[in-house]
Amino acid sequence: QKSSVQTIGEEQVQNPYTELLVLKGHQDIVRFLVQIDDCRFASAGDDGIIFLWNAQTGEKLFELHGHTHKITAITPFSSSDSSEENNHLILTASADRTVIVWDCATGRQVQKVSCFHSTVKCLTVLQRLDVWLSGGSDLCVWNRKLDLLCKTSHLTDAGISALLELPKNCVAAAVGKELIIFRLIASSDKSEGWNVFEVKRLVDHQDNILSLVSVNDLTFVTGSHVGELIVWDALDWTKQASECNFWDSSVHPEAQPEIKLSQSPNETSVQHLASDEECVFAAVGKGIYVYNLQMKRVIACQRTAHDSSVLHIETLPNRQLMSCSEDGSVRIWELREKQQLPAEPVPTGFFNMWGFGRANKQANQAAKKVQENTPMHFLELVGDLIGHSSAVQMFLYFGELGLATCSADHLIILWKDGERESRLRSLTLFQKLAQDSDLQLK
Amino acid sequence: MISAPDVVAFTREEELGDELYREPPLPEEYSVPLLPFGGPGANPWAKAASSKFSRDFILISEFSEQVGPQPLLTIPDDAKVPGSFDLNYFSLRIMSVDYQASFVGHPPGCAYPKLNFVEDSKVVLGDSKEGAFAYVHHLTLYDLEARGFVRPFCMAYISADEHKIMQQFQELSAEFSKASECLKTGNRKAFASELEKKLKDLDYTRTVLHNETEIQKKANDKGYYTTQAIEKANELASVEKSIIEHQDLLKQIRSYPYRKLKDSDFHPYEPDCALDRAGSGSEQDLAAPELAEPGETHLYSRLPSYTPKLIKAKPAKCFDKKLKTLEELCDIYFFTQTLDQLHQIERTFRGDVCYLLTNQISRALLKQQKVTNFLFEDVSFLDEKAPEKQYRGCQGLGQDAANRKCSGESSTPRVVISLGSYKSSVECVPIKMEQDIEDPQEPTMTESVTFEHQENLDYLDADLKGSISSGESIEVLGTEKSVSGLMKSESQASLPISPSPQVGRSKVGSRRTVSEDSIEVLSTCPSESLIPEDFKASYPSAINEEPYVDDEEGGLRFTPRLNPDNADEQEDLSNQENLAQIDSACCIGKESPNFLEPLPGLGQKQCDEDGVVRIPPQPYRQAEQGLHGGFVGSVPCDSASGGLLPHELDSRYPTGSREVSRTSLDECSDSTSYISSAASTCSDRTPSPAHPACLANERHKKKAGQNALRFIRQYPFAHPAIYSLLSGRTLIVLGEDEAIVKKLVTALSIFVPNCGAYAKPVKHWVTSPLHVVDFQKWKLIGLQRTVSPAGVNVLHALSRYSRYVSILDADSKTLRCPLYKGTVVSRLADHRTQIKRGSTYYMHVQSVLTQLCSKAFLFTFCHHLHLPINEREPEESVVNRRMNFLKLHLGLANEDIKIVQYLAELLKLQYIQEPGQGVNPLLRFDYVPSFLYKI
Repeated sequence: QKSSVQTIGEEQVQNPYTELLVLKGHQDIVRFLVQIDDCRFASAGDDGIIFLWNAQTGEKLFELHGHTHKITAITPFSSSDSSEENNHLILTASADRTVIVWDCATGRQVQKVSCFHSTVKCLTVLQRLDVWLSGGSDLCVWNRKLDLLCKTSHLTDAGISALLELPKNCVAAAVGKELIIFRLIASSDKSEGWNVFEVKRLVDHQDNILSLVSVNDLTFVTGSHVGELIVWDALDWTKQASECNFWDSSVHPEAQPEIKLSQSPNETSVQHLASDEECVFAAVGKGIYVYNLQMKRVIACQRTAHDSSVLHIETLPNRQLMSCSEDGSVRIWELREKQQLPAEPVPTGFFNMWGFGRANKQANQAAKKVQENTPMHFLELVGDLIGHSSAVQMFLYFGELGLATCSADHLIILWKDGERESRLRSLTLFQKLAQDSDLQLK
Repeated sequence: MISAPDVVAFTREEELGDELYREPPLPEEYSVPLLPFGGPGANPWAKAASSKFSRDFILISEFSEQVGPQPLLTIPDDAKVPGSFDLNYFSLRIMSVDYQASFVGHPPGCAYPKLNFVEDSKVVLGDSKEGAFAYVHHLTLYDLEARGFVRPFCMAYISADEHKIMQQFQELSAEFSKASECLKTGNRKAFASELEKKLKDLDYTRTVLHNETEIQKKANDKGYYTTQAIEKANELASVEKSIIEHQDLLKQIRSYPYRKLKDSDFHPYEPDCALDRAGSGSEQDLAAPELAEPGETHLYSRLPSYTPKLIKAKPAKCFDKKLKTLEELCDIYFFTQTLDQLHQIERTFRGDVCYLLTNQISRALLKQQKVTNFLFEDVSFLDEKAPEKQYRGCQGLGQDAANRKCSGESSTPRVVISLGSYKSSVECVPIKMEQDIEDPQEPTMTESVTFEHQENLDYLDADLKGSISSGESIEVLGTEKSVSGLMKSESQASLPISPSPQVGRSKVGSRRTVSEDSIEVLSTCPSESLIPEDFKASYPSAINEEPYVDDEEGGLRFTPRLNPDNADEQEDLSNQENLAQIDSACCIGKESPNFLEPLPGLGQKQCDEDGVVRIPPQPYRQAEQGLHGGFVGSVPCDSASGGLLPHELDSRYPTGSREVSRTSLDECSDSTSYISSAASTCSDRTPSPAHPACLANERHKKKAGQNALRFIRQYPFAHPAIYSLLSGRTLIVLGEDEAIVKKLVTALSIFVPNCGAYAKPVKHWVTSPLHVVDFQKWKLIGLQRTVSPAGVNVLHALSRYSRYVSILDADSKTLRCPLYKGTVVSRLADHRTQIKRGSTYYMHVQSVLTQLCSKAFLFTFCHHLHLPINEREPEESVVNRRMNFLKLHLGLANEDIKIVQYLAELLKLQYIQEPGQGVNPLLRFDYVPSFLYKI
């Protein structure tokens, strides 16, 4: 059976990205992008090198060498006190069982911790407490000076796959199928010490928890490999709602029946979650689902948003959504309300003379079943970015500065608004002209 | 290109006058001057002159001391070029305007023959009867066997167009000076090595003679000397004198570069690719001189040392001896370089003067388009040094004169006279040796024995005798000159610069001084130790003209004792005068009697009573050793060079040059459907010239233009394809056949704007799948289509990135690209164009593109089009203003706007680029639908 990926033609009026800049440097898959400040970001991947980039110019600022294996986690750690300016640090964890702290201003290694018994798979900074946590086979709490404040006992060999900060000094750690809630309590003897205690173990998921996202102070959401989505209360860690039948055609009667046939864990795993105040956006298999927290149901979905698994999903302003996938593309969606109108075919792609593309694909009208008294929502594809030749691992949205995408083809691409860039260049040009005071002086 | 030289504008002032006045005038530096000759409406092309030759050529002639003026070679070396033009007659004409007083000989007050370092002279000569006009560049080369050691040569650029010679005088002069400098450098080198060999011979001869004398002395125990013994002694004396003279000559020739280096202006000729070729050159050079017999030559070139031989031969009669050819006179490497340069000149100045001028003007103007010229101009051209502008004034010559003066004043001890170059004077300039020469080493004492034209001096070579140039011969030259003087002076009236002959002339002479140190000079070693290592004949590139340093240590020391007693000398004097009278007509110079006044007391000092050399000469073996040592250093250099053997070099050269000229002739008729345009009928006798630096480019342009013409005629969808290129959308030419694809790529490459001052973003042939990086880097790509699985990948990548590219399928003749509805491209590529020639079409394209560039420039640098006038102005109104400007002011329609916007973007990027780093390669694209075009 043919998949029915929605395609958009070459005419993309709403797609602002009309200029791209390829950043080369990595020698292996680039998996992580983190924003450092307004115009800088770091990239890391399997080659163990971290690059710092200027998001505006694409200039390579620093090349950080220190890890001998691939990077497994990266997080920025900016200074909490405002007196110290530009004190941006990044923490990187690697399969070489070390964590390195880097200074983003100088590009130098500040400190290196290598006392781990296993690979650190996730890093979280608790800004309020000015500590950071590393999650591997156990959970460690560190302060800024890289003193180990406390650690848990050995949890599992598989280790913590994800960490999420919760209110009241709590942390949710995904360990396999379990979700463990830890609480940090200031130690009585030392002024700056913390102790960590396991508070609760939640075992509602049937399979490995892959994604964790905090919606607001009261709610967080988890997603598992078999497509379960559970909404939790962030304070008392009770299950508020769950959705586990994304693939179930009975829930979505319009969905094509073949989905059921091709059902497999990969097709249904919740790879990534994003949320705004109202909705949780779930990247499930190749599709994107919009779950409304108030209505407690999926209000819109795009079953095959991409040709293969969606790896990362993020919300943009204006009810837009961006997703990237193993198929090497990035797509921009818009959540639209639709009145009671018959489904119109989405504009199809123009003919493809080469016959390799998916010509004449029918648009998959991804509208939800019409509910009598609610507006119908649907995800409209407003643009796609094709540049990478391999899976796009992650992207980083920089607002009007543009978008950075990283991929398994070792490249990072900076996507920019061509109009804006052109304007900026004009501005620079006239500034330079004023400096030179004459064209000929160049 | 600012203007297409093929399309020279006719502007009638009366028609345009009124309109022009209303417009603000162009800034001076941007105005294109009207053609300098001919009033309004005049034909800019040169009139077809009634010349007998078909195209311009370069003639090299010599004033042979044996047969008079004779042509040596023409460039191009093709008998058809001069046609029925009488080269012999013209040689006579051009050689007769030589104003260099090439005196060499025994100047008054100087004992030794002096080399004259003569500046070249440059004159313009016309022969209206023959319809020939020529730029004539005179130079002298040194030849040990020639009269006065000099051989006058001249190189002439002969054209039927008088204007051309006049207009291009400066350029011609500069280029020919380069060639001349090259030739003279090579000649000095060859001359020096010849002198060295001669010295070896003389030294050897002296040793032999001395031994004979010793034997005689021993055998003869009577109280008196036999006539035989006296003869031998005399012989010995003259050999020694000859040695000293030759040493002096060697010193002079070597000191030349040193002296010249003091002139700020003087740049010793430096070959750029010397290393690999020079080695072979020197070998040839060693073999060239006739001094050595063939067998020895061979030996010599193989063995590191030169075997001297006894000089016994009676001087050959003037007309018997064979003069060296031009090639033999010059180090082969430099000779080849010179020929290269001359060929270059010929190519540069080929074609109509109108073309040349327009080309120069447009070149000069382009240089000023610093902001935009990178877009469509040749990168190589932008880098290359522009030919000197014709209106650069006379600083050059003024400087020359100053330098000449300078060289005179800063006379180093060994300065001989330096005569200025005489460009227009008819008069004979007597050389006065008046400036004092404080050379302590100036050998003066031997004067007393200078010339003894005795029968027993038979071992003295003719060249010494020939080294005195007589006054008579100059007079002869003078009369020849005066004949042509009239005609020449009229042509000179319109010369851009006609320097006054008096300005540059410096009368530097030398006054003999009696010096105590003279003995030291005499004991100067004959050769090796004196020679700066670099100047040894064996050294591959003796161009390294270093300061000449006297080094008296370690050499072969000998102290010549000059034997003739006074009685002999007096006798000789009278004899000599008689002989000189007779010989002067031939080639032996005559010296005025006062020259010969012997210095009292000198000469005797070193002589014993017996008048025979007392100190036995050192065995020559030692000299050989030293020489050997001198060569050792050069041997590895020779082998290391590993370059071409001399004969290879030699044989390669002419074929290469012929090839060039042939192909360029072919280029002329590059179009089978050649229709000579009305404008070019009278001037198209020769193909249009190419600038030397971009000859290949020129050919490429023609080819590209021709292919592009074919493309726009063949493909009805040429317009959208060209639009893709102009708007920065990568065009991919897809095909199975590499040749066809490459041809198309070449054709289309002329429409590709450069993204920076680098090579064009054109990739002719790619076989692997493309990535987004490729579109960032290349704007025109030739891509292989294969049926293999790899080929499928290639096509898959293509379809994936189809939004960034336009695809021209060369096999199925289809094009997939966005729609184009503008007007610019239809002007650029009209398939019904009347243009027939590739180069013309190329120029047409260039001029349309230049128009686009200027629009892009205006658009880019109009402040208010991009920035709000005040802070409150919303962005939309700026955008509106921008679009209005593009549409209304620049008159652009539809997609043409995108072209200009793209060019503007490139201009911005180029301008704001920091000097150190290159332009960040970014890919701009639009989300526009593509369409499929079929034939």
